Amino acid sequence: MATATPVQPELLRTLPSDAARQLLWGFADRYDLQMLVQSARAVARGPVARLVANGGRNSHEWTPAKAEMLEAFDSSGITAVFMDPEEGGLFAGPKNLVLALVAFELAWVDGGAATASLAGCLALAPIHERGTPEQQRHYMRLAAPPQPGEDRKPWRGAFCLTEPIPYVGVDTGMLNGKIRIVEWKPGEEPMLQVEKRGRFITNIGFANFVTAAVDSGDDRIKGSCMVILEEDDPGIFDRGTPTRKMVHQLSSTGDPIFNLRIPASRIVGGYDIKDGVLVPRHTHSEVIEAVFRRTRVTVGVMTAAKLLSAVEPVIRYQRGRFRGAETATPGSVRYELGLQAREDSLHRLTDVWATGEASASLAFAAARTFDELDPLEKEIEKLYAERGIMGGRAKAKLLREAADQAAALVQLSPADARKQPQNSDLLLRFVMLDSLADVLCPAAKLWNTGWGAQMMREAVSLMGGYGITEDCPGFLGNKWMDAQLEATYEGPEAVQRRQLSVTMTQPLFLAQLRSWVREMREIASEHPGTGACALATAMTMWLWTLDHLQHSKDADGGKLYQSARQGVTFPLADALCWLMAARCQILDVLRLQRQGAEDASVSEGLPGLVNFLTDLCHVQSARASGEVARICAELVFGYDRHPAWDEQGTRGCWHKDELDTLEGLIPGINSYALDVVGSDGSHPKKAGPCVSCHTAGPFLSLHTKLDACLTGSRLAKDRAAEAISKLMIPEALDYPA
Amino acid sequence: MSNAYHIVVCAGVVPDPLQTLEPITPATVPALKNEMMLPAVLDPWAAHALYEAANLAAHAAGSKVWLVSAAPKAKLQQVMMNVAQKASFELVPIDSPASGFADAHAVAALLATVIQSIPALDRSRLLLFGGWESASRGAGVTMQLVAEQLGVVDQFQGVDQLTVQPDGSFEILERIEGGRHLVSTCQGPPALLGWATGNLPEPRNNPQIGMANMRTIMPALQRAKAGPLPQDAIRYLSVTPPKQQRQTRIVKDRSPDEIAAELLEWIVQD
Repeated sequence: MATATPVQPELLRTLPSDAARQLLWGFADRYDLQMLVQSARAVARGPVARLVANGGRNSHEWTPAKAEMLEAFDSSGITAVFMDPEEGGLFAGPKNLVLALVAFELAWVDGGAATASLAGCLALAPIHERGTPEQQRHYMRLAAPPQPGEDRKPWRGAFCLTEPIPYVGVDTGMLNGKIRIVEWKPGEEPMLQVEKRGRFITNIGFANFVTAAVDSGDDRIKGSCMVILEEDDPGIFDRGTPTRKMVHQLSSTGDPIFNLRIPASRIVGGYDIKDGVLVPRHTHSEVIEAVFRRTRVTVGVMTAAKLLSAVEPVIRYQRGRFRGAETATPGSVRYELGLQAREDSLHRLTDVWATGEASASLAFAAARTFDELDPLEKEIEKLYAERGIMGGRAKAKLLREAADQAAALVQLSPADARKQPQNSDLLLRFVMLDSLADVLCPAAKLWNTGWGAQMMREAVSLMGGYGITEDCPGFLGNKWMDAQLEATYEGPEAVQRRQLSVTMTQPLFLAQLRSWVREMREIASEHPGTGACALATAMTMWLWTLDHLQHSKDADGGKLYQSARQGVTFPLADALCWLMAARCQILDVLRLQRQGAEDASVSEGLPGLVNFLTDLCHVQSARASGEVARICAELVFGYDRHPAWDEQGTRGCWHKDELDTLEGLIPGINSYALDVVGSDGSHPKKAGPCVSCHTAGPFLSLHTKLDACLTGSRLAKDRAAEAISKLMIPEALDYPA
Repeated sequence: MSNAYHIVVCAGVVPDPLQTLEPITPATVPALKNEMMLPAVLDPWAAHALYEAANLAAHAAGSKVWLVSAAPKAKLQQVMMNVAQKASFELVPIDSPASGFADAHAVAALLATVIQSIPALDRSRLLLFGGWESASRGAGVTMQLVAEQLGVVDQFQGVDQLTVQPDGSFEILERIEGGRHLVSTCQGPPALLGWATGNLPEPRNNPQIGMANMRTIMPALQRAKAGPLPQDAIRYLSVTPPKQQRQTRIVKDRSPDEIAAELLEWIVQD
């Protein structure tokens, strides 16, 4: 009798190639971006890595060696990324994905280098987003690297929002900078006096200009705005002392003091004069919202890069751990595999890798979304003008109506003809992408950096004591510390959770999330190994829990889902991030599988790569689902008071006398009853009678279902671990350590 | 007399030198394990030739550089994302295997045929550049064979320097033993120069050069014709990578002279 020989699935053979990454992260058709990646990589793994290896991080001051890094940015095209070609830049169109890719490459080696690069863009971002055409032309050209034949140094910028001096009772929502009119001759431009103190301001050690947020300190100026300060403006441009930070030391950070006289034309976006009052066209918060909405994504990318950069050094360390010892002879398991002979080492590295993939997928998805959204925003502004829609309320009304319509369309099945306008109507496309971006950006910033920092600790732990030394290959100890700063700057975790708690409950987003449940089920039916089914169930549980919390009260009658109740809203925001990341990871792997088969540069070894990445998806989906289940269970049950052994609590309990009586009629009933109260009031030794869950029946059903959905996830982890143990890696790291 | 040169640089692609190179013999021709999946670079010796070519062309108005490369075009495209940023050139791709185990005669014939078909090439101004060695498997004969087929008889190998004299002739420094150079004078093109490392550093990436190059590189890659190489030209009995030796001793407080003497003794012992 013939017996079937099981076919072993193909294993991962090498680390994912550039070509595979290009497909995974959606820029395989952009050779301009691929070139910039190579360029940024050469800087990161060349001058930046050498600077770190030579102890460049051991000083707080801005040093000539650190300044050379900026020149490398200039010559490699990194500085020019933010500008359009007519301003001296390289690429036309949206810049979110390209900035994310540059940040990824630099942060692969050092987060401070990435921050130094991004901070220059951050300084220009207010001008780019809301500046007048004259401001944009002037400052972008100044900041662009010199063109062939030009002999000048590019201007560097810093962004100065508001960082209160700690412990003096300053509210973080308040602006500490003030502007006043000091001279206003008839028919001439007003002259302003700006007083501003900054704290933790990046690039301040060398900035030639600063975009600063200020509030009116004068009845003749309305509200807040952002202004552009130049180092040669009359007055005080004091860069302050370098911040004694323990992270990102390749970026310059300090606490500057400004007291400068500037013309009113330096107000970002310009101003109008109404009834003798200077009215800035954009408040500082409008500018900042437009800026941070995009730049926070790149911060999320940075932590993802750290996690993925840890994989190769950890594998090399684990495999070589025992080589040189007398007991490890070449050819032995101990010699060849080292620590990778141990399941725990492999499983933990699998978790680190899976998190890195998920966080990179989430952040790059956010960047691509903003690249799609940017041109639509401009078209929407034109649409407002064409329809004569002026004022915030009228615009909000139009968008709200479009969002309602979009939410209805999202519910329809993809084959439904009524769904067509969703892709063709400008307003509908805009509100859908906007809704997605509103969640993706804070999710990428919050989850990638927060959970990323935790997993970076795990990566460091996999290197043993070596991990926390300066000699650790890949600078993993530095990266662990740096991740903590990334979780904090450009809006700490609480700010992201707060934003999510609002945006994730918008009807359009909830409709999108419901459509993802269907999407994940469909994926699961064709690709059962991805863990998409578990993710769909976890999404359903999250939606049920949100609805439950929005309509429920705690044991004291307090409303559960409300702005001030951060114990409810924030954990639910955390849970959503897990879901978003795992979904993006699955979608990326499916894109690789779909497009890779037709791409000669990745087709060899593709099955093994896809198998491995699919297993990582399964591992991550299981972990995400578990986190969601834990958080939701706490929230659903945690606000009910546990029954006590009092009159009300024991109302549903059996009494011993009753049971004794019934025992004659129903033999054995005594052994079935759990919470039995004795005639003397005695009761089982526990907190109280067990909770009746009759109101949470649907939740428990979902929980039970979700538990079962985890079937196979540990087998996926075993497979991924085996693949890691057999993976071929380079002989040495491609940057010094 | 015009000093414009038509410089054709022949360059293959090889796995990044940091990668683990493990020969395997799946069929008749050996290969490297997972070679198609490993990151690739322009063959380092040929890359130096390209930098020297770009430098020479930049100092001789009207000159032009072609980079002729035989490799799988998908692989070549990935390599170009980096190389295209380092120097201005026109790519002439040949979609063929890039194995270091191909027969040098077949590769040379393929390259010569393609070079002859470059439309704007003035053979009287031709400078044929390449590496005198290869990081894949140094047969060290490919460039000579290409030159012979093109009728280029002035050939120099292990070149470290080319200096154009006022009369248009070349002074060429070729490596010989003992860190010395053989100095030759050549009347000018056509000539073959198989470069050693030259004297120029690897240029920094310049995305603007890259973007300009890509306008011609991407269409050229799309049009690249297949250049099959015979599989049975050579029969390999066995292939092994060079052996790595590591003999570590920890010795303290030795003078530089003592260390140098020991190094010298170790070097000459074979």
